[in-house]
Amino acid sequence: MSGHAIYQPQNKFMQWLEKRLPIGGLIHSSFVAYPTPRNLNYWWTFGGILSFMLGVQIVTGIVLAMHYTAHVDMAFNSVEAIMRDVNYGWLLRYLHAYGASMFFLAVYIHMFRGLYYGSYKEPREVLWILGVIIYLLMMATGFMGYVLVWGQMSFWAATVITNLFSAIPGVGDALVTWLWGGYAVGNPTLNRFFSLHYLLPFVIAGVVVLHVWALHVAGQNNPAGIEPKSDKDTVPFTPYATIKDGFFMAVFCILFAWFVFYIPGYLLNGDNFIPANPAVTPSEIVPEWYYLPFYAILRSIPNKLLGVCALFGSIGILAFLPWLDTSPVRSARYRPLYRQFFWLFVIVCVGLGYFGSKPPEGIYVILSRIFTIYYFAFFLIILPLLGIFEKTRPLPNSISESVLGAKA
Amino acid sequence: MSSAEHTRRDFLYIATGAIGAVGAAAALVPLIAQMNPDASTIAAGAPVEIDLAPIAEGQIVKVFWRSKPIFIFHRSKKEIDEAQKVDVNSLPDPEPDSERVKKGHDQWLVVIGICTHLGCIPLAHQGEYDGWFCPCHGSQYDTAGRIRKGPAPKNLPLPPYAFLSDSKIRIGETSATPA
Amino acid sequence: MKTRFPLCAAMIAGVLSAAAPAQAVEQVTPPQLKWSFAGPFGKYDPAQLQRGFKIYREVCSVCHSLSLLSFRNLADPGGPGFTEAQASQIASEYKIKDIDDKGADIERPGRLADRFPSPFPNELAAKATHGVAPPDMSTLAKARTYSRGFPWFVFDFFTQYQEHGPDYIAAYLQGYKDPPKGFTMPASGHYNEYFPGHVTAMPPPLEKDRVTYDDGSPQTVEQYAKDVAAFLMWAAEPHMVQRKRIGFQVILFLIVLSGLLYFTKKKVWHEVEAPRELAHGQDPSKTSI
Repeated sequence: MSGHAIYQPQNKFMQWLEKRLPIGGLIHSSFVAYPTPRNLNYWWTFGGILSFMLGVQIVTGIVLAMHYTAHVDMAFNSVEAIMRDVNYGWLLRYLHAYGASMFFLAVYIHMFRGLYYGSYKEPREVLWILGVIIYLLMMATGFMGYVLVWGQMSFWAATVITNLFSAIPGVGDALVTWLWGGYAVGNPTLNRFFSLHYLLPFVIAGVVVLHVWALHVAGQNNPAGIEPKSDKDTVPFTPYATIKDGFFMAVFCILFAWFVFYIPGYLLNGDNFIPANPAVTPSEIVPEWYYLPFYAILRSIPNKLLGVCALFGSIGILAFLPWLDTSPVRSARYRPLYRQFFWLFVIVCVGLGYFGSKPPEGIYVILSRIFTIYYFAFFLIILPLLGIFEKTRPLPNSISESVLGAKA
Repeated sequence: MSSAEHTRRDFLYIATGAIGAVGAAAALVPLIAQMNPDASTIAAGAPVEIDLAPIAEGQIVKVFWRSKPIFIFHRSKKEIDEAQKVDVNSLPDPEPDSERVKKGHDQWLVVIGICTHLGCIPLAHQGEYDGWFCPCHGSQYDTAGRIRKGPAPKNLPLPPYAFLSDSKIRIGETSATPA
Repeated sequence: MKTRFPLCAAMIAGVLSAAAPAQAVEQVTPPQLKWSFAGPFGKYDPAQLQRGFKIYREVCSVCHSLSLLSFRNLADPGGPGFTEAQASQIASEYKIKDIDDKGADIERPGRLADRFPSPFPNELAAKATHGVAPPDMSTLAKARTYSRGFPWFVFDFFTQYQEHGPDYIAAYLQGYKDPPKGFTMPASGHYNEYFPGHVTAMPPPLEKDRVTYDDGSPQTVEQYAKDVAAFLMWAAEPHMVQRKRIGFQVILFLIVLSGLLYFTKKKVWHEVEAPRELAHGQDPSKTSI
C-alpha cells in the first residue's frame, strides 16, 4: 500500500538527519500519511489507547520502582511508605494499579472488536497471533505485579497460580520448586517476580512494535470488512485518526481518573491491605477482575490437570481463530447469525467473570460448566460450522459507498 | 472557506493544543516531585539536640545530622588562643575565629565534618595545626576548622545550630526557641 | 437477533437472581452511616479524628499496633489537625525503645519522626492473650471491605461509596450481643452481629463513659465507635482530602479537554466531506460511524 505523500522535510536539521537515519520518514509514512479507512468507528481507537496505557504503566512503574523494596520483610511497608510519605506516592500507586485495570479493559474491548469485525482473518493472521502473545505477556506481567505488594492476596494468588504447574505430569513438582526458588512462595519468588515484572513490559513494547508493523503491512480492517479499493476509501492517519484517537483517549482518561481519585477501593481486594501471612489463607481467594473468566473455567473442571489444560487452552485457542472461522465474510455486520452467537459469547465471558468471583458452590458451578462449554463450543464448533452454513448479507461495493451511499 | 472560518478553526486548534500542553505539563509535576526527599526522610532530617555536658575539654565528638557528620569540639584555652591569634589575611579562606563560634561560647566549635576538597571525613586531633587532617589528599584544618594547608579550597562549613542553654545545642535550626 | 438476544438475557438474569448459594462465611452487611469524608467533596472532621485518636490511645493501643503511622502524621494537613508542638508533646509521652551510646537498651521519650510503638515485642507475644494476634490498625479500614452485591455495586460506582471499612468497624464495635437461640457458641470467643461467622476473639472493648471527651460530645458506645472508625479511616487513607481535591480539578480538566478534542475532531472531519463528494441531502458530520 503506497503512501499518499512522500516525506519532504523543510527543516534543515531534519533533511540532514533523514539522509543518515530516516526516522522522520518512517514516522511520517506510518503515522502521518498512512492511509486509514475512512469508515473506522470508535472501536478502532483502542489500539492507540492501549499504546498510551502501556506508556502510563511503564512510566508510573519506573517511578514506583524508585521507592519499592522487593524483600518479604519490607515490600508491604515500602508500598505503604509510597502511599503515605512519597510526594504524590498515593497518586502514582493508584495510577499504576488502576492503569492495569484500564489496560485490560481496553485490551478486552480491542479483542472483541477484532472478533466482531473479523480483523483476525486473512491476511491479518500474524497480526492477531502477535496480539495473543501481547495478551499472554500482559497476563503474566499483571500477575507478577500484584504479587509484589505482598499482601495476603498477593501471597496466596502466587501460591495458587504457581501450584497450577504441579499438575503437569512428571516434571510438575520440580517445575514448581524451580519457579519458587524454594519450598514455598517466599523471598526468592518475590525477587524474581520483581525482576521479571520490570522486564516484561519492555518485551510487550517490542511485540507491540511487531504488531503495528504487521498491521501496517496489511492495513487496517474496517467495519465493512472489505479492503479499500481507491484513495476515496482512505484518509491520511494524521489528522483524521489521530484526532479521533486523542478524543476517545481523553474520554477514557475520565473513567481512569474517576477510579483513581474517587473510588480507589472499588476494584482493590481488601485482603491485600493485610500483610502476607503464610500461615493463614483468606476465606476467599479471588484474582483481579481481568482474570476471573479464566478462573471460572479452571474451577469448573473437577480434574486438576484437565482444569489447568482448560485454563491455558481457553487462551491458547485464540491463536487458532483465523483458521477456525471458515467464513469468507469478515465483518459481523454482514453475518446476521454470527452476530447472535458473538453477543452470546460476550455474555458468556461476562458471566464467567461473575462466577469467577463467587465461591465454587451450588448454582455457580453448574452455570460455570455450561458457560465453559459454550466458550469452547464457540471456537471449536460454532465458528467452523457457521462459515459453511451461514447465509451472509451482500457486501457493499466499496468503503466509500458504504459510508456515503450508492451515489458516491 | 472564508477567512472568518479559518480563524475560528485555528482558534479551536490552538485552544485544544494549549489545554493539552497544560495537561501534559501538569502530569509531569508528580513524576518529578516524587524524586524529592519524601516525608519520612525530611522527618529523619529534623534538628537534633546534643547534650554538651559529657564532652570533656579537648574532646571532639562526632554526631550525625541529615546523614552528615558534625564535629563538636570542646576547645581548651590553648586551642582557642591558637585559633584567635592567627593572622586572618594569611589564611587560604580568610575568616576570623569569632565568626565561627557563637558569642559567649568560644569553647565550642561546631562544624560539618566533610572535607571541602572532595568530601572525605577528616581525622580529628591530627595534622600540624592541632585540628584535623584529611587522609584522602592531605588537607589540614586548624582548631577553628579552617583550611591551612592542602588542596581543600574552603574552611569546614558551619551547620545551622543554636544554644538552648550553656550545655545544650540544637543542630538544624538557627533559632533557640525550645520545642 | 431480535428475539433471541433478549430471551437469552432474560433467562440468564432470571437464573442468577434466583440463585441463593451457600456462602463460605456468613457476612451481615453493616448499616451505611453518614461520614464527613464520604463523597467527592468529603473531608475529615479534625475534632472527630482527635476524639478517635483518644479512643485508640486509651483503649485500642493496649493490644493493637499502628505501626505504619508516625507521631508527625498527627500534624499533617487533612488530618486530626494537631499542631507540630502538640504532636511533639504527644510523642514525648510515649516511651520508645532505643540504644544508648554504649549499645545498651534504653527507653527514651518519643520524637515526631518515631513510629507509634507496638504493644507487643513480637507476633507470638501478641497471639498469647486471645489466641489470635490483634491486627495492626494502620490499614484496617481498607482491609475490612465486603461485597455489597448486585445491584449495589453498580450504584456505588456512581455514588462513590468507599466507606465499607468505617461502616463495618462502627457496626462491629456496637455489634456485641447475646447469641440468638440455637446458635452454638464455641469454648472461647464472643458473639458479634457483624463479624463474619459471628464469633470474634476480641472481648467488647467499649462501654459508656469509658473515654472522657473534652469537647462535650456524647460519651456513648455509638459515638466512640463512629469516632474511632473515622480515625482509622484517616490512618488508612491520610491523603484522601488532597486526592479528592486534585480529582475534581483533573476530571474538570479532562471534560474540558474532551470537549475541545471533540469539536476539533468534528472540524477536522468536516473538511474531508467537501460538498462536491456528498450525495444530495447527506450530512457531512455523519461520515464516520
